[in-house]
Amino acid sequence: MRTTVVLALVAVAIVALPLVAPAYYVTLMLPFMAYGVVLLGLNLLFGYTGLVSFGHALFIGIGAYTAAMLTTRFGIRQMELILLAAALAAAVVAAPVGALCVRYVKIYFGMLTLAFGMVFYTFLLKFYKLTGGDEGMRMLRPHLLGQSWEGLSKTAYLVGPYYYFSLGALVLATLLMWRIVRSPFGLCLRTIRDNPLKAESLGVSVPRFRWYAFMISAVYAAVGGALLATPTGNVDPTLAYWTHSGNIVFMVLLGGFASFFGPLLGAFVFIFLQDAVMSVFPYWRLVFGAVLALLVIFAPSGLMGLFARRLPVEVSRA
Amino acid sequence: MILEAREVRRLYGAYVALDGVSLAVREGEFVSIIGPNGAGKSTLINVLTGVLAPSGGRVRFKDRDIGGIGTVALTRLGMARSFQLVQIFPELTVLETLQAAVVSRLGLGSRFFASLASHGRVQSEALEVAALFNLQEKAHTLTRELPQGDKKLLDVASAFALKPEIILLDEPTSGVSTADKHAVMEILVGAAKRMGLRAIIQVEHDMDIVFGYSDRIIALHQGKVLADATPAQLEADAQVMDMVVGRRRGAQATSPAPHPALSPEGRGNSAEPLPPSGSGNPSEPWPPEGERAG
Repeated sequence: MRTTVVLALVAVAIVALPLVAPAYYVTLMLPFMAYGVVLLGLNLLFGYTGLVSFGHALFIGIGAYTAAMLTTRFGIRQMELILLAAALAAAVVAAPVGALCVRYVKIYFGMLTLAFGMVFYTFLLKFYKLTGGDEGMRMLRPHLLGQSWEGLSKTAYLVGPYYYFSLGALVLATLLMWRIVRSPFGLCLRTIRDNPLKAESLGVSVPRFRWYAFMISAVYAAVGGALLATPTGNVDPTLAYWTHSGNIVFMVLLGGFASFFGPLLGAFVFIFLQDAVMSVFPYWRLVFGAVLALLVIFAPSGLMGLFARRLPVEVSRA
Repeated sequence: MILEAREVRRLYGAYVALDGVSLAVREGEFVSIIGPNGAGKSTLINVLTGVLAPSGGRVRFKDRDIGGIGTVALTRLGMARSFQLVQIFPELTVLETLQAAVVSRLGLGSRFFASLASHGRVQSEALEVAALFNLQEKAHTLTRELPQGDKKLLDVASAFALKPEIILLDEPTSGVSTADKHAVMEILVGAAKRMGLRAIIQVEHDMDIVFGYSDRIIALHQGKVLADATPAQLEADAQVMDMVVGRRRGAQATSPAPHPALSPEGRGNSAEPLPPSGSGNPSEPWPPEGERAG
């Protein structure tokens, strides 16, 4: 009940935001929504399957570069098609990469995903003719729902149609993930997270289910990456760099991986905190490093964990 | 014959853990494997459950060679196991743990978008098993918050929820207080009967449990079968008793076994097999009508 009320209020606020907030803050919501999709997928792997990937920027990169290539090289501008292609490209890459990575767990899984991420980063950097090297590629304005929206200025396009398109994509991704984690499949993933030995003794094929989770999370990351490309305007290899993988793991930790909505809260706080810190202090990584240290020591279950613990106390006082 | 091992050898480098072990488990039997530490019990369990391939010899389950086929494949064939050190899913509830077993057995694991909560069969079968193991009132308790005895019961219950034909219990009463051991065994044997299991194999150190419940006891010693006999026959063999039990059983040994094992007429009676799994015994449906109504 409480969750429903909070969700409804948040939904109303997000829908109404472009009508009341300055355009600058509305455009900051675009990376939040793109990362939101990425993190829903990452948390299926992290929070629900117990595997921490340090290379998921690889799939953000695949999504973003697929989008940029389709618009600039192939003249394909329909965003729906672009998202589909990004998802397919990620699945094609994730199938063999995942099959290899899920044979390992803990730090070995993390390091292997990191290694694949760096291979892809180097590929983007060195294959200049294909990828544009360190300069990257432009992302042309995609058409949404069959309309080109050519008449709108860039800002009007971003805070109008693109904002609601991204929101629609995030809502759809959230609903699908909500079904997934509450499905028999989701239950099998949680058994693997808690105790792979026991899961196997109950007939759950641990590598196969880890691979499914890896594939789904890669597809989510690529769709998020494609959504991110438009507000960024230009995609470059830093999207696939390992620090970017670290950032998204940080977002999940910040919000709380034990909760379904934790990662979304993490993405929101990360983006707005980064913007606020950068506007007064150039060394935002210093501040974020301190935040990360405090988080691990005092709130290992993230912001969502703090709320969950605080709220019943407040309710009992009221 | 459900499960059969023939001349099974297993080497770890130069060390011989199993040296020509042969055994057979028949319909309706409750078989205990005993032996001192280092006798090869753990290796034997791992070979019988398909985790380890034998270095020599064969293991057959339902007329199929199962040497090293792996836990998941063996579970599908109808063999389940529980562990010596209790294995649970700490962040799952009791009901979710049992649901996971039912989901696995029904092959629903790849249903990505189906609703688990509204799957009637998964819910009802998980609840039925919870009731059989007296865990129904704790169905929504997180497993990590259960007392140790209940954790052990849940470990076994989740293996039962797979509705296996044969179950292999690795020290089912280890970590359970002495006072509760018989209660645990009663629940377990009762559940096996109600669910129509075809056989139970256990590895156990507690000789009261072993002699009280087994139809047959297989004693291992230094990787070899030292004895394969009924409890009464074994008790009469002073030499074997000294070697594997380490003491003569006293007054308890002469009193009749307190609890009948799987076979309804008492231990040692394997002439009247249990109903085969799945089809059920028409005179004793599972779950019983009374319970279903209640």
